Amino acid sequence: MRARIGSLLRRNDVLVALTIVAFCVFTGVQAPSFFTLGNLFDLLRASIVLGIFAIGVLVVLVSGGIDVSFTAIAAFSMYTTTLYLTQSGFDGHWILAFGISMLIGLGLGLINAFFIGVFRLPTMIVTLGTLSLFRGFMLAWIGSRLISQLPSSMREFSRTNLFRFTSDDGVIHSLPIAILFLVGVVLITWFILNRTMLGRAIYAMGGSTVAAERAGFSITWLQVFVYAYVGALAGLAGIIHASMARVANPSDLVGLELTVIAAVVLGGARLTGGHGSILGTLLGVALIVIISNSLVVLGVPSYWQRVVIGLLILLGTGIPAYQARRAQRHMYSDTGGGA
Amino acid sequence: MSQHRPEAPQGAWARFRSENMDLIRLGGMAVLIFAVMAALRPSLFLSSNNFVSMGFQFPEFAILTLAMMISMLTGGIDLSIIGNMNLSAILAGMVLASMTADPTNPVGLPIALAVVIALAVGTAGGLVNGLLVAHVGIPPILATLGTSQVFLGLAIVLTGGASVHGFPTAFSFIGNGKILGLPVPVLVFAALAIVVAVVLNKSAFGAKVYLLGANPLASRFAGLKNSGLLIGAYTLAGFLSGAAGILIMSRTNSIRADFGASYLLLTILVAVLGGVNPYGGFGKVFGVILAVLALQFLSSGFNMLRFSNFAREFIWGALLLVVMVMGTIRFPWRKRQVKKRDSSGLG
Repeated sequence: MRARIGSLLRRNDVLVALTIVAFCVFTGVQAPSFFTLGNLFDLLRASIVLGIFAIGVLVVLVSGGIDVSFTAIAAFSMYTTTLYLTQSGFDGHWILAFGISMLIGLGLGLINAFFIGVFRLPTMIVTLGTLSLFRGFMLAWIGSRLISQLPSSMREFSRTNLFRFTSDDGVIHSLPIAILFLVGVVLITWFILNRTMLGRAIYAMGGSTVAAERAGFSITWLQVFVYAYVGALAGLAGIIHASMARVANPSDLVGLELTVIAAVVLGGARLTGGHGSILGTLLGVALIVIISNSLVVLGVPSYWQRVVIGLLILLGTGIPAYQARRAQRHMYSDTGGGA
Repeated sequence: MSQHRPEAPQGAWARFRSENMDLIRLGGMAVLIFAVMAALRPSLFLSSNNFVSMGFQFPEFAILTLAMMISMLTGGIDLSIIGNMNLSAILAGMVLASMTADPTNPVGLPIALAVVIALAVGTAGGLVNGLLVAHVGIPPILATLGTSQVFLGLAIVLTGGASVHGFPTAFSFIGNGKILGLPVPVLVFAALAIVVAVVLNKSAFGAKVYLLGANPLASRFAGLKNSGLLIGAYTLAGFLSGAAGILIMSRTNSIRADFGASYLLLTILVAVLGGVNPYGGFGKVFGVILAVLALQFLSSGFNMLRFSNFAREFIWGALLLVVMVMGTIRFPWRKRQVKKRDSSGLG
């Protein structure tokens, strides 16, 4: 029994879940407003864009790479789409706007895939390069002024709610329809990663490129899929962000990438590839969102957030790394004793 | 090792050329950029004003690139150099500003103290990175990502986001003064570059760091203490970040928590441009210096051609990708060279 609890406690997602519960209980005791339906909706609303980004990053990390350019892709797709639609006087359905943004994101993702899949360059350095490539291109040649008059259909999207009520103090709380996109992305990605050969191939490539290649997978095409998929998800997250904020600001989103990567890594995905789950990633996102929210509710100055998130990254990656290292030492010393 | 190669070309220049093709190519690129910019804007680019202002601009950033280079030599990366630099400079700046708030106080001791504080904080930050990478076993990207958030966060908490300023005029000599007509930052950079070059090329520590970066497993089986080497490398990178902090703080006469955020990508770009292999084990200080100069010529030239900051951001990204792609195209040739050396070593 004790061994079973011990092995449960060593699991990342269990640790993250426990941390979330501890944070919630602590914040709820200090500030009862934390446990209200309104606050729950606020938390969910804050998780939508972060969650879609995180699912994309999960796929990249599982494949053995890292992507820091997805926020620039999101800003680029969102801003270019909105600019194009406002200038052309578009008043069709918002689905079309979402489609254009996702296509632009997919195209930019293919640029990443080209450098990573064809030339096999280090993913970190390629995406650092494309981050400033995409951002610089957009701000220099597409536009750098924010658009506050969104197309009517995008405004309509932001007003469509799944659920809506007025709390006792007269504040209106609502759960936007955008949450369905997060649910959809989660389901589709779960299906790809866990129920298709493509998903197995991505895990295999993350574990060992050589082994995946020998097993008959084309590394180049796998990389193309991974980075195009992340690009499309980033385009989706970008346009949802702009619709919900009711403004397309080209300097939004960039700078969020490290927080997203932190959430995914806290959820148990490894930078070395081959490890990571959807559940863990969602828990990681929940942890980051709840901590930001509870710091605000508790009245902690917002500039402590960075320190807290930094420490979380170090603890969340340090504890498993240290445990793995100790386990390895045990193994060595055991064989050493036996010989 | 290369003298074992039977087919090595004869003659000093030929041998130099075959061993330093990368450096020659880089030097050629720097000269080419210089010539193009000089041809496009001769009156501005070739003025002594331009050279003096370049002499004040590149050193802080060149020192940061040396820090990045050292972390990359081990096969890692240090994303916290900017955060470390800002935190060091802010702590030093707060002490300096408070000690010299009364203008009648002597300034010599506070300035010396500020320099020591910046270097000590930077070194300590580097040591933390080294311990996290070597002893806790966190991958360098994540360890330094985490510490960069902590360093930047602490810098914001300490200042509330405002800038620290109000330093004595004597302090600005470090960043703005000249000795024998040479900008002091250039001299500081030259001194640090020589130290780093000697440590990397002439000391046992340097040789071991190159081996660790080229093949960590071989390095461990050769009996080297990898963890000690990693700690040393990250600590040295931290020390250099602290030194860059002093220069920035003195040159601009103020320091903010979010200063120099755009430098991070540039240091990686310049290190890669200068021939530092991001997988570890390869890279020379001289290559980095040539790459820094090439980039400075390009940057000054863009200024004179009135390129926007955004266009420049785009060009840096494009340049990084082009250089990396060119590196892979040369790669088969390089691999053959390495193989030859290996077989000659074994035989």
